Amino acid sequence: MKILLEAKNLSKEYVKTTGFFARTSSSIKALDNLSINIKKGITLAVVGESGSGKSTLAKSLIRLIELDKGSITFKEKNIRTISGHELKVTRKNIQMIFQDPYASLNPRMKIIKIMEEPLKIHDIGNSKTQYSKILNMIKRVGLEEDDLSKYPHQFSGGQRQRIGIARALILEPELVICDEPVSALDVSVQAQIIQLLKSLQKEFGLTYLFITHDLRIVRHIANEVIVMKDGKLIEQGKTDIIFRSPKTKYTKELLASIPGNLLKRK
Amino acid sequence: MKNSILEINNLKVFPDNNSRLKLVKNISLNLKKGKTTCIVGESGSGKSLTALSVMQLLSSQLGMSGSIVFEGVNLVNLTKEEIRRRRGKDIAMIFQEPMTSLNPVLTIGYQIEEAIRVHENFLKTELNKRVEELLNIVGIPKNRINSYPDELSGGQRQRVMIAMAISCSPKLLIADEPTTALDVTVQAQILNLLNDLKIKFKMTMLFITHDFGVVEDIADDVAVMYQGEIVEQGTVLNVLKKPKHPYTKALLDCVPDPHGKKNLKPIDYSALKRAME
Repeated sequence: MKILLEAKNLSKEYVKTTGFFARTSSSIKALDNLSINIKKGITLAVVGESGSGKSTLAKSLIRLIELDKGSITFKEKNIRTISGHELKVTRKNIQMIFQDPYASLNPRMKIIKIMEEPLKIHDIGNSKTQYSKILNMIKRVGLEEDDLSKYPHQFSGGQRQRIGIARALILEPELVICDEPVSALDVSVQAQIIQLLKSLQKEFGLTYLFITHDLRIVRHIANEVIVMKDGKLIEQGKTDIIFRSPKTKYTKELLASIPGNLLKRK
Repeated sequence: MKNSILEINNLKVFPDNNSRLKLVKNISLNLKKGKTTCIVGESGSGKSLTALSVMQLLSSQLGMSGSIVFEGVNLVNLTKEEIRRRRGKDIAMIFQEPMTSLNPVLTIGYQIEEAIRVHENFLKTELNKRVEELLNIVGIPKNRINSYPDELSGGQRQRVMIAMAISCSPKLLIADEPTTALDVTVQAQILNLLNDLKIKFKMTMLFITHDFGVVEDIADDVAVMYQGEIVEQGTVLNVLKKPKHPYTKALLDCVPDPHGKKNLKPIDYSALKRAME
C-alpha cells in the first residue's frame, strides 16, 4: 500500500522554567524520537493516556507547533521546511477535526460563513460554485439548507461535530486528523458520528489519523493502531493483532482497563 | 421494602414557572442496602436531576413532588437544617469534575478536615489522624496532605473527593459520572477503589453514568432513563444481557464492542418511537 505520510524521528521537548530569575528548569519530552508511516486510505488510530504526546503529534503534522527534530514527508515534500504557497497547499490537503465542537466553531459566525472561510482562504471557485459546494457538503453530513443561516449555539453537540466535519472536508483533503472527535459526545451520538466518518471515508477515499483514548472505538474504526506513552511509540500493528495478542505490558494494561472488561465477575 | 435504604416514589421535577413541563416524569426507584444501583441514560434524560433531588440540591428554579424516603424518613419534608445534618454524613456525593469541586486555594488536607468538622466534634489530633487514615484508604501518600488541588493529577483529585465523601462513613454514596473525565487506566483504578469501599464499609451506591462498560463493571442493579422516565430496571445481568425495552436495546447497540464482533448501530429515533407506542 502507498505511504501517504512518513514521519521520522520526531522530537519535541517542552521546557518549563521556575524559581528566581527562572533559574531552575525542567523539561518534558512530548515526542521522543517517534517515527510513523500513514498508509493511504486507511485509518490509523493513535492511543495513549493524557500526556502521552498524541495531540502534540497531531499538531506537529500540520505545523501548528514546530518540532525540535525530525522530518515529515507528505507527497514528496518535507512539511518541516516548506513555506509560503507550498505550506498553504499542504495544509489544504491535511485537515483537522477537533475534540470539542463547542470550542472549535466561532460563536459569532453563521454556519455559511464558517463553511465559506476555508474556500475563500484557498481561493476555490466563485461565490456561486462555493455555495453549491457548501450545500452539498452540509447535506452530506446530515444537515439542511436552513441550517446555514444559523449560529453554532443553535445546534446540539452532535450537530456541531457534523459542522466541524463538513468544514474539514469542504477542501477535499487527503488526510484528515481527528483529535478525539467523539470523546465529548453521548454514546448514541458517538455511534452516529463514527458511522458518518466511516461512510465519508469510503466515499472520498480519505485517510484518517484518529486520536483517541477509547480503545473500544479503535476496534470499530481503525485498520492499524499505534500505542504511545511519554512521547514514545510503545507498540504498533494491525488492530486485530494488537487486540488479540498485545506484546508490551503497557498495551496489555490499557486493554485490561477497557470498561466492561475489568472485574470479570459473574 | 425491607432491604431498601432509599425509596424514591413518584418523583417529578419541573421548572417552577412551567410546572406542566416535566423534566423527570414520575419515577420510582428502590436502592437495596449495600448494593450499587446505576442510572444510565443520555444527556438530558434526567439522571443528574434525580441524584440532585435525593441530595435536595436542586436549583431554586426547579420544583419537585413525590417522596424520597431514606431509612424511613421522607427527606422532602425535612427543614433545611435537618437536611444539612444528613447531607455529607448519611448521604454523600461525588461529582464528575474534581477540579471544579475542590477549592483551589485550600490544601487538600484542610478540605478533607473541613468535611469532618462540619459533622463531628473531634480534637485536633484526632482530626489529623482521621485525615491521614482517609488519605491512606483512597491511596494518596501522606506527604501530600499539604498539597493544593492543582498539584495533583485528575485521578488523585477524584481520590481526594472520595476521601471527603467517605469521611463521615455515609450510608449512601451518590456518584455522578465520577470517572467520565478520567483516562481509561485511571478510571479502572477509581472504579476498583469505589467497589472496594462499598464492600469494606457496606455502603450503598447510586452511580450515574452514560457508559454501559462502566455499568457492567460496577452495578448490581440498573435503571435506564429516557426522556425523564425509567424505561427499564432490573439486575445488571438481566438489563444488559436480556434487555426488554426497545430503548435499552437501541442504546446497547450504540456501545462500541471491544471485541469488534458487533456493528455499531446509531439509534433510529423514529423506529424507536413506533416501537414504544
